[in-house]
Amino acid sequence: MSLAQFAKKQSGFTRLNITYQRGETVLAWAMVSPWVAGFLLLTAFPMVASLALSFFEWNILTPPEYVGLANYHKLFFTDPLPMHSLKITVIFSLASIPLNIVFGLTIAMLLNTNIRGLSVFRTIYYLPAILSGVAVAILWQWIFSSDFGLLNTALRVFGIEGPAWLGSKIWVLPAFVIMRLWSVGGGMIIYLAGLQAIPTDLYEAAEIDGANWWQRIFRITLPMLSPTIFFQLITGVIFTMQIFTETFIMTDGGPANASLFYLLYLYRQAFQNFKMGYASALAWVFFIAILLLTLVLFATAKFWVFYEAESDEDN
Amino acid sequence: MSSKGAGLNMRQIISKIIVYLMLGLGSIVVLLPLQWMISTSLKPLSHVFRFPPEFWPQKIVWSNYPDALSQLPFDLYFANTSFIVVLCLLGELIVSSIVAYAFSRLRWRGRNVLFIVVLATMMLPRQVTLIPEFIVFRHLGMIDTFWPLILPSWFGNPFYIFLLRQYFLTHSRELDQAAVIDGCSRFGVFWRITLPMSKPVLGAVAIFSFQFHWNDFFRPLIFLLDQDKYTLALGLRFFQGTFGTEWNSLMAVSLVVMLPLIVVFFFAQKHFIQGVVFTGYK
Repeated sequence: MSLAQFAKKQSGFTRLNITYQRGETVLAWAMVSPWVAGFLLLTAFPMVASLALSFFEWNILTPPEYVGLANYHKLFFTDPLPMHSLKITVIFSLASIPLNIVFGLTIAMLLNTNIRGLSVFRTIYYLPAILSGVAVAILWQWIFSSDFGLLNTALRVFGIEGPAWLGSKIWVLPAFVIMRLWSVGGGMIIYLAGLQAIPTDLYEAAEIDGANWWQRIFRITLPMLSPTIFFQLITGVIFTMQIFTETFIMTDGGPANASLFYLLYLYRQAFQNFKMGYASALAWVFFIAILLLTLVLFATAKFWVFYEAESDEDN
Repeated sequence: MSSKGAGLNMRQIISKIIVYLMLGLGSIVVLLPLQWMISTSLKPLSHVFRFPPEFWPQKIVWSNYPDALSQLPFDLYFANTSFIVVLCLLGELIVSSIVAYAFSRLRWRGRNVLFIVVLATMMLPRQVTLIPEFIVFRHLGMIDTFWPLILPSWFGNPFYIFLLRQYFLTHSRELDQAAVIDGCSRFGVFWRITLPMSKPVLGAVAIFSFQFHWNDFFRPLIFLLDQDKYTLALGLRFFQGTFGTEWNSLMAVSLVVMLPLIVVFFFAQKHFIQGVVFTGYK
């Protein structure tokens, strides 16, 4: 499925000949005008401006100086940190997003087995998903404390001496992945709703045909849920790549830049070193990287995402 | 035949037990960090660094809370945060629902193209526009004021526009048309029919907005400088910088900062869950 098709599906295009009423069109434009103004002022103009700015050197205080492609040259060739931070951000995302999907799906499937106390379990699993930001980062910093932290205390119960987590170049990324797993309930809720919407007669028919549990999961459940999983994957990429607060609070990019996620580096360049031109180039490269990743996912979608026959509705 | 039936039953019982065991274990794992947080917040500092760590506090020190909270003007940070959150929430509710109405209930040229733009902006990382935005707000003399945090909410949020539009689409058009025939204006339809019929999704948007702005750290970090204007997130960060290893105080303050969210969650759980379902499952 292409991006255009996806957008088309989401926007509910209709192929009917509609005669527009003038009054309605005027009212509609009036009603969307705040968003149009916001789009122009807060999205379109800043995007063009940051692209332009990326060819300048500017510290805000003195006039900007045109430097051509120098910022991009520095970014790709002389400064090793942008590509390093992009790499660890992608590695972190590639670990975190699939794990969140697998755990979220598993919990949702367990909850979807006609159990008692569904709402209690759902509340418990969902609770961490509403918490985020500085308070959660501080909590996890304490959990990962190597001597007195909860995680290593729990591991000691099983006779395992845990690593230094946030103090270890190797374990700092897994630590962030574990922390993000705590809020797996956000996706779980969505999968659960998806599961509950799968018609039961599909399963009944499969059972009559002699399909076993495994086949029912892979032939019915997962294909039926694939649009939901796909949506979670796309939003997951955008959300996960933008990790900032946790690393800012818990490690400040350390140890030895092992958790210097891309946005932390961008923040430092823009708002600590006031290299606005260089930071704009960084921002654009980040945008392109996310866009490419998203497009790759869209390209794979036709192999595994199943949409039911669309019905055109006239809105 | 009877033995087969009993066997199946046995298998079902065993699988039920396994499901409950896994869910129960998972619940404990999910709740442990919060238990650890509460437990640490009540310990005296000397007990925080005991080895092996105490799972339950041996000695409960309630005064950790007032002591920690009086170190910084958290009441002021609370007031600042509440002010920002309320104004953002109002803006996002009002503007996004007006925009969503036009996208779902009215027919007009350009609607589909513009809606694709809305969807595209949903996918845009905000950091791409951040630097020029910072420069614009700086030119307007709005750095170190609440304006850069509040104003963008009054231009509609693409995520909420999408959410509200999906919900508005489920209403029948006949009702709108009947009201128009009875002499109700288009805006009247929006105000008297669509909005009252959409309380669940409006509740969900309000909660999302509250949650987002309450937790937000990045934008306050960039736009606010003066300590008197700090939000709770910035105050907490400042507190951490000053009392970095007093984990009992840090846990106490962090918990207090989280508390409004937890309270809202328990009272409005249904809306939370409905809202999430609307966004992701469609």
